[in-house]
Amino acid sequence: MLKVEHLTKVYSNGTVALEDVSFEVPDGQFLAVIGLSGSGKSTLLRCVNRLIEPTEGRILWDGVDVTTAGPDELRRIRRNIGMVFQHFNLVERSKVITNVLAGSLGYVNPVLSVVNRFPQQYRDQAIAQLNRVGLADKAYVRADNLSGGQQQRVGVARAMMQEPGMLLADEPVASLDPVLAHSIMQYLEKINKEDGVMVLCSLHFLDLVHRYADRAIALNDGKLVFEGPPASIDDAKFKEIYGKEAERVG
Amino acid sequence: MSVEAPDPNAPVAKRAGDASAPKRRSRRQSIILGLAIIAGVVTYAYGFQVTKVDLGEISSETRRGQLIRVLRDIARPELLTYDRIPTNTEFTIYLPCPADGFEPTPVTEGRRLVVEPACADPGDTLLITGVGFAPNSRGSINQVPPSGDLELKIGEFFADVDGNFEVVVDSRERAEAEAQTIRVVTNERIGSIFSPVEVESSSGEMRTSPRISRAVQDTWDKIIETVFLALLATTLGTALAVPLSFLAARNLMRDITTTVTKLSLQLLAIPLGVVVGVLLSRTAQQLADQLTNNKILLVLGLILVPAIALAAIRYAFPPVDDEPPTPVERGQRGAMALVAAVAGILGILLVSELLIQVGGWLDDALGSFGFLGGFLEKSGEIATAITTMLSALLGAAVFATLAGRLSTFVRSRVSDTTMQAATYPLAALAGAVLGAILGAGIGWLYRVTDPMAIYGWPAVAGAVIGLFLALRNRSRSSVQIGLVTYYLARTIFNTLRSIEPLVMVIVFVVWVGIGPFAGALALAIHTVAALAKLYSEQVESISEGPIEAVKATGATRLQTVVYAVAPQIVPPYIAFTLYRWDINVRMSTIIGFAGGGGIGFVLQQNIRLLEYSAASVNMLAIAIVVASMDYLSSRIRERVV
Repeated sequence: MLKVEHLTKVYSNGTVALEDVSFEVPDGQFLAVIGLSGSGKSTLLRCVNRLIEPTEGRILWDGVDVTTAGPDELRRIRRNIGMVFQHFNLVERSKVITNVLAGSLGYVNPVLSVVNRFPQQYRDQAIAQLNRVGLADKAYVRADNLSGGQQQRVGVARAMMQEPGMLLADEPVASLDPVLAHSIMQYLEKINKEDGVMVLCSLHFLDLVHRYADRAIALNDGKLVFEGPPASIDDAKFKEIYGKEAERVG
Repeated sequence: MSVEAPDPNAPVAKRAGDASAPKRRSRRQSIILGLAIIAGVVTYAYGFQVTKVDLGEISSETRRGQLIRVLRDIARPELLTYDRIPTNTEFTIYLPCPADGFEPTPVTEGRRLVVEPACADPGDTLLITGVGFAPNSRGSINQVPPSGDLELKIGEFFADVDGNFEVVVDSRERAEAEAQTIRVVTNERIGSIFSPVEVESSSGEMRTSPRISRAVQDTWDKIIETVFLALLATTLGTALAVPLSFLAARNLMRDITTTVTKLSLQLLAIPLGVVVGVLLSRTAQQLADQLTNNKILLVLGLILVPAIALAAIRYAFPPVDDEPPTPVERGQRGAMALVAAVAGILGILLVSELLIQVGGWLDDALGSFGFLGGFLEKSGEIATAITTMLSALLGAAVFATLAGRLSTFVRSRVSDTTMQAATYPLAALAGAVLGAILGAGIGWLYRVTDPMAIYGWPAVAGAVIGLFLALRNRSRSSVQIGLVTYYLARTIFNTLRSIEPLVMVIVFVVWVGIGPFAGALALAIHTVAALAKLYSEQVESISEGPIEAVKATGATRLQTVVYAVAPQIVPPYIAFTLYRWDINVRMSTIIGFAGGGGIGFVLQQNIRLLEYSAASVNMLAIAIVVASMDYLSSRIRERVV
C-alpha cells in the first residue's frame, strides 16, 4: 500500500513541479499517471523512491515513511522499488548480464560486489529474469548492441531482479514504436497480474491507459486533477487534464 | 492586388529612417578601428624593441658562416666512427727558381696537387689546386723545407663535393737551393660500410672501422631511459589522477551535502583518525617484523593473514538485511572491520617483505636479469612506505564515517534547538583545531617559533570562522561540502598544471638529485594535475541516466560509481592516458635540460660542447621515438575506443 500525502516539490530555481498531491494505491494495482509533458509525472515517480527529494509532504510505503528515512533505510526501501525509464538508462558499455545484476546491488555484499563478485544464486536469478523477457541468449552481449525494445526488456529484467513490491515506470514506451510499446506493456501487465507487483506507470497514450491500467491519476501543472478508472475519462475530463486546445488522437 | 505585394511606401520610409543611423555608427566604428590600428602598431613596435629584432644579425656574414657550419654538422649525424690514417699528398717546388728553371713532372692520375708557379721567389703567392681528394674533406697545407724535419703551415683547404679545391696561399720566405715540398695532410677514413676493415688501435686492441659511434651508443642508452621515464611518470600520474578526478567532477560532487554539525564532528574526527591509522600501521609493522624473522612464520602469515582479512570483510560487510542491524551487531561488525583493516595492513607488509627477500635472492641468482629482482625489492620497499600513508587515510575515512553516523544518530534523538545549541561550540572547536593544524604547517614553513603565532591566533581565527558559519547555517540546512571540495580540487589542479615540468624538475633535482628519477617525479606531478582535469571533464559529460537507474536499485555511492560511472569513462580514460604518455615521451626528451635525466641531458651536453654531429644523433633518436610512440598510441586508441 502506497500513501502519498500532500506532496510538494519546488525546485531550487523556483519551479513548482508538484503542489499538494495526495493519493493512495492499494497493493497489486496498476496505476497510470497521465498528463502533459512537464506536468510533474516524472517528478512524482522520482519522489516515491527519493531520486528527487520532496520539499514537503509524506510518502508511506507499506507503513514506512520514505521521506524521513536515513541513508541506510533509504537503500533498503529503494531495493524494494523497481524502476523502468523512458530512455532505458542501461550502462551501454556493460554486458546485459551486468546490467541485470546491478538490480541486486541493494542485496549483495557491498564490498565484494565492488570487485564484480556476485553470488551464484544472483547470477542464476539474473539469467532467469532475462529468460522471462526472452533475452537469455543475449546475456553476454554488450547492452548497446541491442535494439531499443530489447534494451527496455533488459531494463524490466533489471527492475525485476530487485524482487520489488512496487514498480515505477517513467514513460516506459515513449521511445518505442507502437508494436514494441505493446510488448513492453504486456511484460509490465504480466508482472502486475502474475507477481502481484504494484505498478505506477506514467503514460502518454490514452489507449494504453485504457488497455492496461486499473486506475488512473492525472496531473496538470503539478496539481492532481483527476483520479478514477480510465473508462471514466470522457471528453470533458480530457479537456480538463490536457487543456482546452487538446484534441483526442489514437 | 495580391497579399504579397509590398506596400510601396512603407519600406522606403523604413530605409530612409535607417539610413542615418548606420552612417553615424560607421563613423564611430572607423574611429575605433583607427585607434585599434594605432594601438596594434604601437604594441608591435614595442614588441620589436623588447625582443631585439635585428635583421643585421640575420644577414651578417660571420653569423651565416656559423649557421651554415652548424646546419652541415646537424645534417651529418655521427652514426659511424671511422679510424683514420694521416695521408700526405706532395708537390715539389723551388724557392727561389734554380738558374736553369724547373719543370715539374705532371701527374694525371689519382689524388694529386698542382702548384703554380712551380718555382718562385720566397714569399710569393702560390695557386694550389687539388684533385681527387675525399669529398668535403679538409686539411692543412704545409711547406716542408729540404731538411724534412720541419713543416710550416701556409694555409688550409676545404674540398668541394667532387673532392677538388683551389687555394691561393703565400709561401714562407725561406730561400733554399734544393727542392722544397708542398705537402697536404689529410686524415683518410679506413674502410666503408660495405667493406669494414679490422684495425689495431693505439692500445693494441683489434676493432673494425667503421663501427657504431660513441654518440649512437650513448643515445641508445639515454633514449631507453627516456622512454621508461615517461612510462613510469605516466603510470604514477594515472594511478593518482583516477581517484582524484572524481573529486573534481561537478556532477558527482554537486549533490554531496552535509550540515555544519556533521561537518564539525567530522573535522574533529579526521585528525584523530589519522593518528589512529598511523599507530595501527606501526603496530602492524612491529608484528610484521617479528613474523618475518622466521621463514616458516612468514609463509604461514602469508597464507593466514589474507584469509583472516577476507573472512573479516565478509563478516563486517554482510549482504543487506531487511531489518536494520541491532547496536550489538553494529559493534561486532565494527570490531570485525577493525580486524580486517589490521589484517589488510599486515598482509601488505608481509607481501612486501616477501618481495624484498625474494627480490634480494633473485638479484644474485638471475645474473644479467638481476634488475627484475631489484624491481621486486624496490616494489616491496615502496609498498611498505605507502602503507603508513594508506592506513592514515583509512583511519581518517573510518573516523569521518563514524562521526557522520554519530551526528545522524544524535539528530534523530534530540530536538532541533538542542542540536542547534550544540552546533555552536562544535563548529568553533572544529574551526580552532583546523586553524591550529594549518598554523602549524605555515609556522613550520616560515620557521616561526612563537607558539601563540603558530597555534593561538590561527585557532582563534578558525573558531571565529566556525562560529560564523554555524550562525549563518541552521543546523538542519545543508552545507555544500561537495562543491567546496570540487572548487578546491580544481584550483589545486590548475595551479599544478600551470607550472611546467621543466620548472618542477628543479625542485625534485634538489630533493632526489640529478637524474631520471627527478624527471619522472616532476612529470608525474604534472601528469596528475593534467589528467585529473581531463578525466574529471569526462566524468562530467557522462550520461546521468545509468547513475539514476543504479541509485534506484538501492546501491551505495561506491557501487554507483563502480557500476554506473566507471563503465562510461573507461574508454576516454584510456584514450587520455595514452595521449598523456605521448606528451610525457616528448617532455622527457627535454626534461634532461633541467637535470631530469633522459636524452635531453646528453643533447644539452653535446650542444654546449659544439658537438653538433653528435647532437644530431640525439635529435634523430628523439624524432624516431616520438613519431613511433605517436603512431603506436594512436593505433591503441583506435582499438580501445
